[in-house]
Amino acid sequence: MVSLIRMPELVEEKLPRRIEHPANEIEAATIEVRELDFAYGNHQVLHDVGLDVPARAVTAFIGPSGCGKTTLLRCINRMNDLIENARITRGSIHLNGVDINAPDLDVVDLRRRVGMVFQKSNPFPKSIYENVSYGLRIAGINKRSQVDEAVEKSLRAAALWDEVKERLDANAFGLSGGQQQRLCIARALAVEPDVILMDEPCSALDPIATAKIEELIQELKTRYTIVIVTHNMQQAGRVSDHTGFFYLGKLVEFGPTTKIFTNPSEKRTEDYITGRFG
Amino acid sequence: MIAAPSNRHRSKLLEGSLFWIFRIGTYLVLLCATYIFLDIGIKGGRTVFQKAAPFINLTFLTEPPQTLYVFDYQGKKMELSDREFREWKVTHKEDVDVTSVSYSAGGIWPCIVGTGLLVIGSMTLALFVGISCAIYLSEYSRDGRFIRLIRVAILNLAGVPSIVFGLFGFGLFVIFFGWNVSLLSGWFTLGLMVLPAIITASEESLRAVPQGLREGSLALGATKWQTVRKNVLPYAFPGILTSSILGIARVAGETAPIMFTAAYAMRDEMPWQVPHWTNFFFQGVMALPYHIYVVSSKIPQNEYTERVQYGTAFVFLVVVMLIALTSILLREKQRRRLSW
Repeated sequence: MVSLIRMPELVEEKLPRRIEHPANEIEAATIEVRELDFAYGNHQVLHDVGLDVPARAVTAFIGPSGCGKTTLLRCINRMNDLIENARITRGSIHLNGVDINAPDLDVVDLRRRVGMVFQKSNPFPKSIYENVSYGLRIAGINKRSQVDEAVEKSLRAAALWDEVKERLDANAFGLSGGQQQRLCIARALAVEPDVILMDEPCSALDPIATAKIEELIQELKTRYTIVIVTHNMQQAGRVSDHTGFFYLGKLVEFGPTTKIFTNPSEKRTEDYITGRFG
Repeated sequence: MIAAPSNRHRSKLLEGSLFWIFRIGTYLVLLCATYIFLDIGIKGGRTVFQKAAPFINLTFLTEPPQTLYVFDYQGKKMELSDREFREWKVTHKEDVDVTSVSYSAGGIWPCIVGTGLLVIGSMTLALFVGISCAIYLSEYSRDGRFIRLIRVAILNLAGVPSIVFGLFGFGLFVIFFGWNVSLLSGWFTLGLMVLPAIITASEESLRAVPQGLREGSLALGATKWQTVRKNVLPYAFPGILTSSILGIARVAGETAPIMFTAAYAMRDEMPWQVPHWTNFFFQGVMALPYHIYVVSSKIPQNEYTERVQYGTAFVFLVVVMLIALTSILLREKQRRRLSW
């Protein structure tokens, strides 16, 4: 199985159905959202959303609060399964051509493929080392040398290694807010996902920490497909290649970021971008 | 609008008197607690401690209860335990006018052991079932009519008087299951009694663990159980320990549930003196609260029984306090590692 290089060996055996890597390694994961309706109970929050998230690029979802962008993001790794009465009422999401809501799909495997960084950084109350190795350990990888290597690699990839290499055994809560968020990114990278979802990753950070994360995103997109939800339009402009503008649960416009920001086809997009509402 | 002067005076008076009502209420609690602890501490201390080395009345702590024989001999007042009296009789052939007082000599060692065994067994049962139940309710179940019914059941269970638990245990475990008056019957009865408190408190501690930790773990591809085991339960543990402290105090302290199910007024063998290890579970034991009940209401009262009563109460308080202290230390040790 050449296509599964990235998956840790141990995990492969026991999982029923997984999302295959595309045969061609150059093409990383793509996400296709089709005619998606989503509701919390009787309250519909997404209406007929359809878009293609291209591989190895940064796609930003922007829009005012409550427009459904985070809900869509959480659909991609089925985090909404945790919310009672929340469900997709119509439409589909495919990751590398596999329907992620298929009844026989292994959600655990999906979530390993689709990493997530949350709005509020949520390091576990464990040591820095344990935080990063958590995903590996639950996947059954316990070989010390392998874990050590993965921890260092992930921390380097998250541009955190130099700041924490002396104190890997210190509690993660001792890190600054920006460091905590980068730790969460490192933690997500450690399980080698294909896609990284970021839910307003910088909303609680100061400008310097934000700049670091944005820089990191630019580096990561060479290897990962990144979807970022942000409130900050300048940020979307700076980091993303594609932007989707959401308003009242509908995808108003989706296209290359330069186009959305300089020459939007929709009046509402322009009004939002220029700060006339939202 | 500014209140008229008379009004302001009245509200000031109200403020003042309310303050004093609250203050007196609080002091009343303090007063009662102090009185109880001092009374038991002083009178019980006389039994438990002694002036000569080793300063602690070891007989009282390490021996089973015996009958006390009191009599005058050559103008001297003798107070001898059962064993001592028999030895005395061998050397002294005279007839003496003896008053015998049950349980007032010897000690309460079997009661301490019995209470310890009851606490360990019933808490093990209650924690196992209680934590399982709390995990199910907080992590797995989705709100619905059935779950609400379960919650009502738990609440009601918490309100059942302990004597009813005792009768229930007597009917089910002692008679129906045929376990007789035994440790096992006591464990199940006491375990059931503290179960609601443990479930409620454990569930609360589980819910207090931030949702972000669960999501973070699940998002890394952890299964539900991996998440609960590695990233929720460890952080809920200090809270669960706190609830078990209260559970321990209750289990150790209740008399009603064990008087029909597990407690003997007097037993000569220690719990480990059983012919076969399986008999261990099917033996009744002596217990501190039941012993207090027996010595203060089942035998004629006099100055000699008072010693045992207060002594037992004192030891009982200290035992519960020690158990609670251990749990608190354990909890603090765990809590220091986590803070969010």
